[in-house]
Amino acid sequence: MIELNNLTKRYGRFTAVDGIDLTIPAGELYGLLGPNGAGKTTTMRMIAGILQPSAGSIRVAGIDIREDPIGAKSRLGFIPDRPFVYDKLTGAEFLRFVAGLYGQEGEVIDRRIDELLELFELLPWRDELTESYSHGMRQKLIISSALLHRPEVIVVDEPMIGLDPKSARLLKDLLRQFVSRGGTVLMSTHTLEIAEAMCDRIAIVQGGKIVAAGTMDELRIQTSTGDASLEELFLKLTGGLSEWELSELFDR
Amino acid sequence: MSFSIAEAPSRSAGVLDILGPKWRSLRARIRRERSGAGARTVLLVLLGAGFWTAVFGVSYRVLKYFKGVEEIGPLLAGKLLAVGLLSFVAILLLSNLVTALSTFFLAKDLDMLVAAPVDWIWFYLAKLGETLAHSSWMVVLMVVPILTAYGVVFGGGPLFPLVALATLLPFFLLPTVIGSVITLVLVNIFPARRARDLLSLVALSVMAGLVLFLRLAQPEQLARPEGYRNLLEFIAALRAPSHPLLPSEWAASALMNWLLRIRDPLPLLLLWSTAAAFIVIGASLHRRLYMAGFTKSQEGANTAAGRAPWHRVVRALLGWLPVTRREFVLKDLKIFFRDATQWSQLILLAVLLIVYIFNIRALPLYTGERVPYVLVTLVVFLNQGLGGFVLSAIAARFIFPSVSLEGRQLWLLRSSPLDLQAMLWSKYWVGTLPLLVLALGIGVITNRMLHAPPFMMLLSTITTVCYTLAVGALALGLGVLFPQFETENAAQIPTSFGGLVFMMAAVSLLTLIIVIEAVPIAEQLRIWQSGGQPGSSTSLLVAMGAVFIVCALATVLPLRVGLRRLAALEA
Repeated sequence: MIELNNLTKRYGRFTAVDGIDLTIPAGELYGLLGPNGAGKTTTMRMIAGILQPSAGSIRVAGIDIREDPIGAKSRLGFIPDRPFVYDKLTGAEFLRFVAGLYGQEGEVIDRRIDELLELFELLPWRDELTESYSHGMRQKLIISSALLHRPEVIVVDEPMIGLDPKSARLLKDLLRQFVSRGGTVLMSTHTLEIAEAMCDRIAIVQGGKIVAAGTMDELRIQTSTGDASLEELFLKLTGGLSEWELSELFDR
Repeated sequence: MSFSIAEAPSRSAGVLDILGPKWRSLRARIRRERSGAGARTVLLVLLGAGFWTAVFGVSYRVLKYFKGVEEIGPLLAGKLLAVGLLSFVAILLLSNLVTALSTFFLAKDLDMLVAAPVDWIWFYLAKLGETLAHSSWMVVLMVVPILTAYGVVFGGGPLFPLVALATLLPFFLLPTVIGSVITLVLVNIFPARRARDLLSLVALSVMAGLVLFLRLAQPEQLARPEGYRNLLEFIAALRAPSHPLLPSEWAASALMNWLLRIRDPLPLLLLWSTAAAFIVIGASLHRRLYMAGFTKSQEGANTAAGRAPWHRVVRALLGWLPVTRREFVLKDLKIFFRDATQWSQLILLAVLLIVYIFNIRALPLYTGERVPYVLVTLVVFLNQGLGGFVLSAIAARFIFPSVSLEGRQLWLLRSSPLDLQAMLWSKYWVGTLPLLVLALGIGVITNRMLHAPPFMMLLSTITTVCYTLAVGALALGLGVLFPQFETENAAQIPTSFGGLVFMMAAVSLLTLIIVIEAVPIAEQLRIWQSGGQPGSSTSLLVAMGAVFIVCALATVLPLRVGLRRLAALEA
């Protein structure tokens, strides 16, 4: 599970994340939505231990990340939005290195590496340097690396960018299976259809704060939008240009 | 702002439109650095002023001396300028080869520029200008104090800066055009990434060859004219590198003609007409080959990297290490030997060492006469200092950039349960252990060549071990404090501000060690002069203890500070 308590991140006078409280129990896929610059990525990077919070606390699988960062990170798999990997390592070498970071080695891990590469159709490129991989291939490699050590919690930032439809479908199925076996997923996405179809609950973030949270039905009640789609809900909460305003732009 | 479909633009974007964002980014960066880091700016200004003053001072004294030599004085000054400019041409050509690949084929703005309705000629001239600026600024900084000295000594007058500008502009343009043409052709043959590796390798090898050639040519013989049979042979030796078809010769003649009041516009005409002709040739080649080359530069290279046998050997050798440290060491080794911008530095290192050992061998110490003990001891002591400086330069090249090179992958290291101490430990030993072997190797070899007395050999060996361990830690610690996460080329990291701070810190440490050891060495020499037998003494033991403590502090403190900073780094 993931517990965020008054999570805050300030850069000088600018507050990127403003006192977020959130609890995601085991067995739930939680969606984090919001316009660009709302604070989603900053929140996720704090949960992953990459950024240090200015205030508040984070618990991953019941472990406080500040008190026991190694324990918390051992139970977490992080998939960032930008797939930076070591260009001069092959796909298999990269996964072996990541396994080493989690203290894992041996035949079992070698077998798992091959299984994951096969699952994501990267096996033919296992001994190619990642500098020759496409964006999507790198993304699939990073997803494999996050699953390698069998985490309890997965934090995934914009997972579908660069993935072909087949891989996107595979990832959706993987994440759903992962939560059905008791795992926890926190996912940010701009693709509202994916969020609506996949997430058990959704939080909409704006200006570093959660402006609405809950299941789709709960969100509709909170915003009094009847049977509106997630897109309409999102635009109502975050503001968006109407069709009339857009046509004005072209006519001017 | 309108989103309706536009008509064709009334004019194509010009050179200034294309270069505008670069210029504005540079201005913004300078403004930011000025407001954010006052101490850094002051330090850089002081260092720059010191460097300029030193170069001007040396050039001024040499030229003043030459001017006083009857008949051949101006000839010597002219030849010196021609040789200097020839070296600059070589450096500029190499620098342009690497820079042109980035500006024409790998820069981030290319997708946008190539897709925009920009006329090819303006695109070519803008990118040529960008290459010129990037590759030549360092040489310009070097040339200014030298030419100022020429102007002052030979009375160039207020118009001399304009003459210098008119001479140097075509002089700098020529290697830029040649470098970009060679790059253009290479990219049409090889994929861009392979071409970059190839160019880095070629540039470094040529640079190394140049250094080796200049050293093995024994220029110190020129300072000993008695070694020549007659004056004509001496002058012939001075003239050796010049050639009437070299642009450096034209540039030197153009400048010297002005300074010596000789009315001969031919060198300047040759420079401008050749530069203009080369730009025309370069532009026509660009028009024919650029799009094919740019398309090819988007392709990846064939980058299969199978499981090499040495991987298994090293893995077995490192079997005793915990898995995280072992995988880290293996990863660092693989990346080092696969990245041409990293391993090719070994070529430069090898040349540096050859030149260093050659210099020691060339010392006129053992030429038949009995060499005084005092002299040998002093030279061995000096050798220790020089060796320390060489080690610092190597640490700056190989250990200082190691954390910066993790930049883009920091998300992985920070989000994994990696113990940061393990990472720092791996970086420290991967860099320091080979440095230690090397340091002991050159220390023992050069000391044996110098017939160092036993106590100096012992002192030198212990100092080398302590200093190497400290300088490795200093390089790593300061590398964490001054990271360059956005740099893709490892070779550029040591030339950053942090690299400068590291070199200053390393030299200060070296100076401190030398000062501490100078006291007992002077005492040993006094014992020898009064007829006693040099050996161990209380002051020697105290000095060695002090060196040990200083080096231990210089090892532990940077690593601790580095570890703390690493923990606070946000990716």
